[in-house]
Amino acid sequence: MSSTTRTALGGVAAPAVAHELPPGVHPAPTSFWRKYIFSLDHKVIGKQYMFYALFMLVIGGLLATLVRYQLAWPGRPLAFMGKLAPEGMPGGQMLPEFYNSLFTMHATIMIFFAIMPILIGAFGNFVVPIQIGARDMAFPTLNMLSFWTAVPGAILIIWSFFVAGGAAQGGWTSYAPLSAVTPRGQTLWLLSLLVLGISSLLTAVNFITTIINMRAPGMTFFRLPLTVWALFITAILLLLALPVLSGAMIMLLFDRVLGTTFFLPKGLVVSGQPWPNAGGGQVLLWQHLFWFFGHPEVYIMILPAMGITSEILPVFSRKPIFGYRAMAYSIMGIAGLGFIVWGHHMFQSGMNPYLGTTFMISTMVIAVPSAIKTFNWLGTLWGGNIRFTTPMLHALSFVSMFVIGGLSGIFMAATPVDIFIHDTYFIVGHIHYVLFGGSLFGAFAGLYFWYPKMFGRLMSERWGKIHWAVTFITFNLVFFPMHFLGMRGMQRRIYDYTQYQHLKGLQPMNQFMTISLFVLGIAQIILVFNFFLSMRRGKLAGANPWRANTLEWQTSSPPPHENFVGSVPSVYRGPYEYSAPERGSDDHWPQSEPPPAMAADPHGRPRPAHA
Amino acid sequence: MSPATRHRRPAALLLAALLLSPAAASAIPFWMKLPDGVSTYSDRVDGLFRLILWITGIIFIVVEALLLFFLFRYRHREGRKAHYTHGSNRLEVIWTIVPAVICVVLALLSRATWADIKQHIPKDGVQIEVTAEQFAWNIRYAGPDNQIGTADDVLTLNQLHFPVGQPIVVTLHSKDVIHSFFLPEFRVKQDAVPGLSTRIWFEGTRTGHWEISCAELCGLGHYRMKGFVTVETPEEFHKWLADQAAAAAAEAAPAPTPAAATQEAKS
Repeated sequence: MSSTTRTALGGVAAPAVAHELPPGVHPAPTSFWRKYIFSLDHKVIGKQYMFYALFMLVIGGLLATLVRYQLAWPGRPLAFMGKLAPEGMPGGQMLPEFYNSLFTMHATIMIFFAIMPILIGAFGNFVVPIQIGARDMAFPTLNMLSFWTAVPGAILIIWSFFVAGGAAQGGWTSYAPLSAVTPRGQTLWLLSLLVLGISSLLTAVNFITTIINMRAPGMTFFRLPLTVWALFITAILLLLALPVLSGAMIMLLFDRVLGTTFFLPKGLVVSGQPWPNAGGGQVLLWQHLFWFFGHPEVYIMILPAMGITSEILPVFSRKPIFGYRAMAYSIMGIAGLGFIVWGHHMFQSGMNPYLGTTFMISTMVIAVPSAIKTFNWLGTLWGGNIRFTTPMLHALSFVSMFVIGGLSGIFMAATPVDIFIHDTYFIVGHIHYVLFGGSLFGAFAGLYFWYPKMFGRLMSERWGKIHWAVTFITFNLVFFPMHFLGMRGMQRRIYDYTQYQHLKGLQPMNQFMTISLFVLGIAQIILVFNFFLSMRRGKLAGANPWRANTLEWQTSSPPPHENFVGSVPSVYRGPYEYSAPERGSDDHWPQSEPPPAMAADPHGRPRPAHA
Repeated sequence: MSPATRHRRPAALLLAALLLSPAAASAIPFWMKLPDGVSTYSDRVDGLFRLILWITGIIFIVVEALLLFFLFRYRHREGRKAHYTHGSNRLEVIWTIVPAVICVVLALLSRATWADIKQHIPKDGVQIEVTAEQFAWNIRYAGPDNQIGTADDVLTLNQLHFPVGQPIVVTLHSKDVIHSFFLPEFRVKQDAVPGLSTRIWFEGTRTGHWEISCAELCGLGHYRMKGFVTVETPEEFHKWLADQAAAAAAEAAPAPTPAAATQEAKS
């Protein structure tokens, strides 16, 4: 790639179309609008999702910093915030309702606008079609609409900060009836997530159709890379779980604006006044509907990161993944069981305690497929030839941190223990080990891994490793002590814990965590610089910088508009055939490379399906 | 830079980071302690907590140690060839069954404790009704007739008194939004849900003063929705209750004018 041209987004331009286009393939658009804004190309849409998610990640992180500032120094004014948010922090002093908005919006933005878009929108869109050997998604226009439906969702959620009464303040779980009686920001929260839900549903349908129908010749289900398996199952989870949330949110919206009483029981008295439209509703119904979505949602956010990790470990161990089928089946197991564990969020809610026992058993069982995956990752490393590249370091962090998040889940699965730790910081610690230690490290791993494929250049390994080391250490310093706070009985979502005698002594620990978070935040500046500077200055990647087997590495970086020059590749073997004995000193074996006997035969066709 | 040539430093970094970060945070024993339990079932809850801590702690150490060992033992070396294998069905079966057995056994061990705490409510307990609202606990005690909802009930705001050594049965209500009645030292937590009436029980093992926390986000005053717990001897409790009843009666009937007093004496 000697003659490289620059693109508007930086990076290396896809090779210009100097070749004959295969039948049925549209030429690349030439106008700026069709190329970069309303693009139908899954690769451009993937990048759009990535910028969207990284932008929202920064906002979500800044909100968390304010939350932690208040926890370290309750009530201490922050002069500049008095100017930035005069209503929530008059004179720089944070109001309790503003604090409630901060953690509500932190969680909402991180879950729906950062983690999901980067894992599913960015990596899913960019990687899945190329990895299965397709030219694009099954429905490119729908794909464009998915992204452009997600944008108003983000605008609505950011706008909600500026309406009277501030943004939603009922927690990301928005339990009714609190979420039915809080200020207008909650209505915008509902509208935003309803719009975003449409976007996610369109994406889910598109992924499922694409993966079932658009696989290249020879790409059987059990030759699919595990990233594709993970995203396939994730899309099914989205398709089945999301409508339940949307339904619940529409009911809540009606309770708020149309006077219905789905979640408002008889005799509700708010601030001494009988609530105008109360009667007949069921408060716990919201929780059942929310968590019927909410628990699969946790897996929606972790399965793609598991897939990315399963992708990266074999590449840098130069070894086939250990137990490929067990890995695929355990993804399905997690997805299936994920629909019958929602009640473990409601052990202390007033739900019949007999149900608690049922949900405890199903919750304990769902730990098993996660354990299987962890042991198979260890098995993959065993006997490998391990290279500590930046993507690998992040994938290894995923494994080691996900273990903590998984094991801490056992505590709250045990109903009697949950009595004490429910709604405490123990839960906050657990969820951050899963979503930051798990999903976000997985996302970072994917970012460093596929960046060269996306932009044609490698990110700096040196700065990548510094970013990783600081992030990994400070992540643990911020989040591990949360378990201790929970063990002392510190509730989550609490503006000023020093009100309580038994929590007063926790302030030094909270200060330590907050200072660690500042360092963690500053370390992310390294990532931002590395991300943007490498587009221009990074080392040229070439087609396959990691010597990986999957199809996306068998085409140029970045791939041409139609992904593969000429006909789509044929697939002859599974995705992780590293260090095969018959290959001698060559430790990789691309999925699309014909077997020696067939290469000699000009009419060679892919062999029938077997992994 | 070729990733292959720079493997040692990151390996050492990874080792140090993995070992140091959780270890440093956990070296401080104060943070590791649960608050002293003061109810009859707090030891059973803590016992399960410790059992799970041991089991998960051992699994954690074994898994992370294996991970670090593999990273060190199988780090890239010139001329090393990875072991070509697709897995082992026998291992898959072992590491499916062992965690499944551990998890199901933990669930069975937890079941009885859970049932004793949440399902088997004592019939002869001291009856107390707690009605939560933004942002206070309304506490109603049965008067001498030990019946809630009669004229001799005693009402307090945020003051929960109960006798030591007797089962206490609390019926939880909420006027407005969901609150959660949390007595950390007693290992008691139960949401107070509008439209629902939820019964829980506990029994204090020693006298003293503690606090009620609200554990469910209930609005802008959630953080200050605090109550006070006083556990006292039965004699002290009954005396306190009688004092409250007397004080309430005095407050309900304003200082009687001579005329009113006469009226009252006549009727």
